[in-house]
Amino acid sequence: MIGDEMRRGDVLALEGVSVWRGGRQILDEVGFSLAPGEFTGLIGSNGAGKTTILRVVMGLLAPAEGTVLVNGRPLARRNRSVGYVPQKVLIDPDAPLRASDLVALGLDGEKVGPRTPSRQRRQRVEEMLDAVDATAFADARVGNLSGGELQRVLIAHALISRPQLLLMDEPLANLDIRSGQEIVDLLARIAEQQRIAVLLSAHDMNPLLPVMDRVVYVAGGRVAVGTTDDVVRTEVLSKLYGHQVNVLRVDGRVLVVSGSHVSLDAIPRQSGAPAADASVEGR
Amino acid sequence: MEGILHALFAPGFGHSEPVRTAVLAGAVVALVSGAVGVITVLRGQSFAGHALSALGTLGGSAAFLVGITPLWGFVTSGFIVAGAMELVGTQRRSGRDVATGLVLSTALGLSALFLYFETIVNSTTGVTITILFGSLFALNGITLPAMILLGIVCLVLLALLYRPLLLSSVSSELAAARGIPVRTLGVAFLMLLALSAALSSVTVGTILSSALLIGPAATALRLTKRPAVAMVLAGVIGMVSTWVGIVLAYDSYRWPPAGKGWPVSFCVVAVLFTVYLLTGLGSRLRTARVRQRRAGAPVTGQPLPTVRQG
Ligand SMILES: Nc1ncnc2c1ncn2[C@@H]1O[C@H](COP(=O)(O)OP(=O)(O)OP(=O)(O)O)[C@@H](O)[C@H]1O
Ligand SMILES: [Mg+2]
Repeated sequence: MIGDEMRRGDVLALEGVSVWRGGRQILDEVGFSLAPGEFTGLIGSNGAGKTTILRVVMGLLAPAEGTVLVNGRPLARRNRSVGYVPQKVLIDPDAPLRASDLVALGLDGEKVGPRTPSRQRRQRVEEMLDAVDATAFADARVGNLSGGELQRVLIAHALISRPQLLLMDEPLANLDIRSGQEIVDLLARIAEQQRIAVLLSAHDMNPLLPVMDRVVYVAGGRVAVGTTDDVVRTEVLSKLYGHQVNVLRVDGRVLVVSGSHVSLDAIPRQSGAPAADASVEGR
Repeated sequence: MEGILHALFAPGFGHSEPVRTAVLAGAVVALVSGAVGVITVLRGQSFAGHALSALGTLGGSAAFLVGITPLWGFVTSGFIVAGAMELVGTQRRSGRDVATGLVLSTALGLSALFLYFETIVNSTTGVTITILFGSLFALNGITLPAMILLGIVCLVLLALLYRPLLLSSVSSELAAARGIPVRTLGVAFLMLLALSAALSSVTVGTILSSALLIGPAATALRLTKRPAVAMVLAGVIGMVSTWVGIVLAYDSYRWPPAGKGWPVSFCVVAVLFTVYLLTGLGSRLRTARVRQRRAGAPVTGQPLPTVRQG
């Protein structure tokens, strides 16, 4: 089992985390840690346990066993040092809520009572929208935003309270390749400039390869942790999956091929063509 | 001038005590319904609002049977129904199903039975009308002060929970991630919705009370993108519509068929619906004008292609 040494100054450290849901073990002794400014991919196929891991880190789900430390301290119920962008956000197109309103809620959305108008807050919202290139649609209704625009606004919502850790659940799932690349670049820039640790879940690691410092590979509720070169190897993944898988590298993309079936997510859609021009994924 | 006023307001309008009471009660109820309605629409709980109003019929008619003011019947049944909804989890759009429909129609059947008993035992035919169409012109005793008090309670609660309610309407996960007790908040809002449905059932009756909840909110959503503005706007639209409805109902004593007046609740809802249609027409005209202006603007003289994003 590829493990992960606890390092001093880690933003997040999980150790021996096990979770059961509905009489089934979903996570089995999961452990890994994130350092400030590190961009980590949480990679695994559907149902592998990615969302479950993120929910545990958020404190939305209490593990049966194991510890979760944020900044070296046990998880509190409300943790301002963790920002979160959930997998699914559905909002009615008619809902009277502008993108800037949603970002402002990232600052004080849990507070009780009416909010007093403040120029300082408005300025911070504007700065945040600018940082994620969302100024153009700051006044648009949230329900009318495109998938990529909504992701930017949600990132701004999560980052405006200046967390040290940003959790993103499948932000690329609904995006075409170009918007996905833009979001990945944006996150990599933010992680580096503001020293924020980013933990981003995805079923396809290829869009993340250029920016990913480390990978947490999830399969069957267990994880393998390390750099891409350390983890995404035939021996390591075969051991993690518990059966033979082959890791192939084609055209700079990674394919994980199992004995009898091929992990479709890892197959290049248009080999030979530049990624940005490749066909657009349907919704 | 006097002629116009006389045509608008039938003689005695300003001096009638029931009218003055109605104007005040109608305003309180409309402000609460409008503000609560916007959050209801935002949270996708219009159906819960509708069910709460319809099931209020049961509480209102039961209240008559045991001889208390309908308001308390509406409030009690509202709280019970809200609690049941939370337990069954029907408050989300996806949760409504055959079971909800069955409970709803059974409750309405029971209400019809209660109203029938009331009518034949006490031979008071007015009860059915009072419950179904409201009693804005017949508020007596403690009802008005109680309504004002409940209305203030609703508005204060709404102001306190404003931000958490907004955030959890976007995503319960996002709200939970910020430490908001999402489930408790949901129950609190259902109770608020029950209170507001009870208030509007008194004025416009159980059949039309959801119209007062959703109508002004739907109109306000067409006019503004800001949540707080939408809440105030919906309240004001509801209030003005109620007042116009009251004037129409008062005037209707001079109208056919019987010269006995039309139900005030019908007048209010008719005004609400007209306003809704007019704002729809207004926004369509506005977009048409913008498009025309764009089409006329290009320097080359060629009309620009209109790009619509869907
Ligand atoms: N409340 C629950 N009760 C029972 N099983 C659950 C529950 N929540 C999640 N699971 C199971 O846990 C497993 C992991 O789920 P999880 O949502 O973490 O997967 P994921 O990696 O995020 O998948 P996806 O890529 O589809 O989002 C799945 O098999 C799922 O069915
Ligand atoms: Mg998931």
